[in-house]
Amino acid sequence: MEFFKYTKTFNFMGKSKIAIVISILLVLSSYAILATKGLNYGVDFAGGTIVQVKYDTDAPIKKMRDALKSNALFNGASISEFGAPDEVVIRMKTTTGSVTTDIGDETRAALKGTGNYKIRRVDIVGPTVGAELKEKGIMSLLLAVLGILVYVAFRFEWRFAVASIVALVHDVSIALGAVALFSIDVNLDVLAALLTILGYSLNDTIIVFDRIREGVTGSKHVELEETINESITRTLARTTLTSLTTFFVVFTLFTFGGEIIHAFAFTLLVGVVVGTYSSIFVASPILLWFGFDVKNYHNKLAEKAKREAEKQRMRDQFESGVM
Amino acid sequence: MKLNYRIVIFAIAIIFGISFSMPSLLQTQEGKKITLGLDLQGGLHMLLGVKTEEATKSRIKSIAASIKHFAQKNDILIDGLTFGEAGIKFELLDGDDFPKMQTYLKEIEGTVVKENNLVVSISLTPKEVKKTKKQAVDQAIETIRNRLDQFGLSEPVVARQGAEKILVELAGIKTQAEEQRARELISRAAKLELMAVDEARDARVSVMSDSDAAAYGDIILPDAKNPKHRYLVHEIPILDGGMLTNASVGFDKNNRPVINFTLNAEGAELFGDFTGANVGKRLAIVLDGKVFSAPNINERIGGGSGQISGDYTVLEAKDLAIALRSGALLAPIFLMEKRSVGPSLGADSIRASMVALVGGFVLVILFMMVYYRMAGVIANIALIANLFILLAVMSLFGATLTLPGMAGIVLTVGMAVDANVIISERIRELIYEGKSMHKAIEDGYSNAMRAILDANITTLIASVVLYAYGTGAIKGFAITMSIGILASMLTAILGTHGIYQMLEGTISKSKNNKLWFGIKG
Repeated sequence: MEFFKYTKTFNFMGKSKIAIVISILLVLSSYAILATKGLNYGVDFAGGTIVQVKYDTDAPIKKMRDALKSNALFNGASISEFGAPDEVVIRMKTTTGSVTTDIGDETRAALKGTGNYKIRRVDIVGPTVGAELKEKGIMSLLLAVLGILVYVAFRFEWRFAVASIVALVHDVSIALGAVALFSIDVNLDVLAALLTILGYSLNDTIIVFDRIREGVTGSKHVELEETINESITRTLARTTLTSLTTFFVVFTLFTFGGEIIHAFAFTLLVGVVVGTYSSIFVASPILLWFGFDVKNYHNKLAEKAKREAEKQRMRDQFESGVM
Repeated sequence: MKLNYRIVIFAIAIIFGISFSMPSLLQTQEGKKITLGLDLQGGLHMLLGVKTEEATKSRIKSIAASIKHFAQKNDILIDGLTFGEAGIKFELLDGDDFPKMQTYLKEIEGTVVKENNLVVSISLTPKEVKKTKKQAVDQAIETIRNRLDQFGLSEPVVARQGAEKILVELAGIKTQAEEQRARELISRAAKLELMAVDEARDARVSVMSDSDAAAYGDIILPDAKNPKHRYLVHEIPILDGGMLTNASVGFDKNNRPVINFTLNAEGAELFGDFTGANVGKRLAIVLDGKVFSAPNINERIGGGSGQISGDYTVLEAKDLAIALRSGALLAPIFLMEKRSVGPSLGADSIRASMVALVGGFVLVILFMMVYYRMAGVIANIALIANLFILLAVMSLFGATLTLPGMAGIVLTVGMAVDANVIISERIRELIYEGKSMHKAIEDGYSNAMRAILDANITTLIASVVLYAYGTGAIKGFAITMSIGILASMLTAILGTHGIYQMLEGTISKSKNNKLWFGIKG
C-alpha cells in the first residue's frame, strides 16, 4: 500500500502564504482566548482541593451541594460529574494545613447522609506548592526549548533552529488556546502533554529539515524553494504515516484511557494535528524567508571540508616525520 | 540466511527483555519488579512542611528550664525569668553570684550572653538558629521514618525535599481508617512534659486568662479527657520527653491500657530531686499540651519511671508508645500537599490504560502490516521487542510505573514505529531508483540514520528536562519515554537492520517487492 508515490514535486511553498495567514489567525485567536477566557488552572498550579466521590447509585449532586453549605470551608465548591453519573469531583479553592484532619476528612464528614459513597481520591495542594509547581513548569518548558534550540543550531544551522522554535511556539500556543477554549483543567499532566508536543512536533520538523539539508548539500540546485518542495514531498508518506499511527494511539488513549487521562490525551491530540501541519507549513517557509543562502552554505561546507583535509594533511606529515 | 552481528545483539536483547520482564509480567515472588506508582496501586503521598521557628522557640525554652534548675540547685536567687522568640531574660538578685552563673552560661553552646545591671539576657546566635532549624527538619525526618517503620507498612518513603520539606509516600494503604491512623502517627508531636502544678494559684484557675497566668510564669492547660477542666502549671517544665529512654504499653489494675515510660539518668535525677522537694504537691503529666493526669506526690520518686494513663484503646496506646519511643517532633509539621488515591480507583486506572495500550498497539501493528507487508512485520517484531526491553529495564532499576508512565508507553509505541517508517520509506525510494536489494537496504539505513538520531536526541532532551523538573507521576512519564526511545534505537534500527541482512538473499531471490515492501515493481 502507498499513500504517496513520488512522481512529481508538490508546490508546498506556493501555498505557504495562505498557510501562514491561517497560522497567524489561529495563533492570534489562541492568544485572544487565553487573554479573555484565560487558562483554567487546576489544583496542581492554583492550589486547592479535589475530592473524587463515587456513589452506589447516581450521585445526588443537589443533595451534596446542600450538605456542603453547612461549612464555610466549602465556600465556592463546585461539583461536577466525572466520567460517569455515579462519580463526581468536588473542586475547592480552599486547603487546610492540618495533617490529621484535612479538608478531605471534612468533606467526608459533611457528605454524611447523602447516600452510600466512597471517597476515591483526595488531592490537596497548598498555595506555596502550587506556585512552586507553576514556576517549575514554566522553567521546564523554557529549558526544553533552549536545549532543543542549541542542539538544532549545532546540528544544522541557526536559521533551522529559529525556524523550528517558531514552529514549536506556534504548536504550543494553539494547543494552549484549545485547552483554554474547552475549559480543560491545566494540571501537571497537561504540562507533560505540552512537553511531549514539543518533542513530537520537533521530530516531524527535523525529519523534513534533514531532507532539506541533504537536498542542499547533495544537489547543485541553488533554488532553495525547489529543494524544500522536493524534500517535503519526499517525506510526505512518512509524515502522514507516523502522524496517523500516533494519532490512532493518542485517540485510543483519549477514548478509552478514562476520565483521569482525558486532559492529557486531548492536549496531545491537538498537538499531533498542529505539529504535523506546522513542520510543513510553518517551519519550512520560515527557513525560506530568513534568507537561508544555499550558495553560502555550500561555500561554508566546502571550506569546512578543506580545513578538515588540511588538518589531515598536517597530521599525515607529522606522523611521517616530514615536519 | 546468514548470521550477522546485528541479529546476534538483537537476539540477546530480546532474551534479556523477555527474561527480565517476566518477574513483573507474571508477578513472581523472586526477581526485581516494576513498582506501581501510588496513582495505580492506591496510597498516600504527602508533602509536609516543618514549622522550624517552633524548634528555636523550644530550644530557648529548654535553656530557660536548665537555667532555672541550675539556679535552684546552687541557691542563686534570680527574678523575672522570661523567655520569648528573641531570647531569655532574668535578673540576678545578688551580684556575687554573677561569676558562677556566667561560667555556667558560657558552657551553653551557640548563645550570646549580655549583662547590664545584673539583668542578664541570652539569645541564640544566627548560626545556632540555622543549625537548630536544620536539626528540626532532620529530626522530623528521622522520627517520622522511625514511627512508620514500626507502623508495619511495607517500604514507606520518607525523604527530604528542598530545605524544609518532607516527602512521605505510603503505598498499599487500603482503608480510610488505616490512612487516618498513619497520618495521626506521623503528625503527633508526642511531646511529653512533666510540669509542676502551681498549687498557690490553681484554685483560681477558672477565673484566670492566659495573660494573667503568664504574669506568674504559668500557663493554663486543659485536661485531656475533660477540656473544660483546666490546670495552672509552671510554664517551664521539670523535664521533657527528650530524657525518655523507653515507652511501652502496659495495663493498670482495672486492666485499662497505660503507657509506662523510663527516663535516662539525667531525667531520673531531675525527677527524683523535684519529687523529693515537692511532696504533697501535684505533678502534671502533659502530652502535647494536654494534662493526662496530675497525681499527688506522696514521696520522693527515684528510679526514673512513670506512667501515663488516659482514656484510650489498646491500638491508640500502641501508636502513642511508638510515637514516644521514636521521640518528639522538635517542631510541628503541617500539610503542604496531599494526594490520596483509593485502591479501587488505582485498579480502574490500570484497566483503562491497559485497554488504551492494547488497543493502540493492535491498531499500529495491523496498520504497519497492511501498509508495508513483510517490512511491517519486521517493524512489528522490533516494536514488541521494544516493549519487552522497556519493561525489563524498568524492572531492573525497580522503576515506578505511574499513570502518565502508562501514557508514556502508549506514546512510545506510536513513536517507535517512526524509525521503521523512515527506513522503509528510504528503502522503497531506492528500490524505485532501481538499486540492487543489497544497496537499497544498506543505503536506506544510512540515509535514514541521521534523521532518526537527530529526532530521537531532541525528544530525549525534552524527556530529560521533564524528568529533572517534573514531580511524582510526571517523572514516571519521562522515564518510560526515555527508556522507550533508547530501546527503540536498539530494536528499530539495529534489530531490523540485522533481520534484513539475514533475509537479504531470500528477498533478492523472490523479487517480490509487493510482499516484502508493499510496493509494485
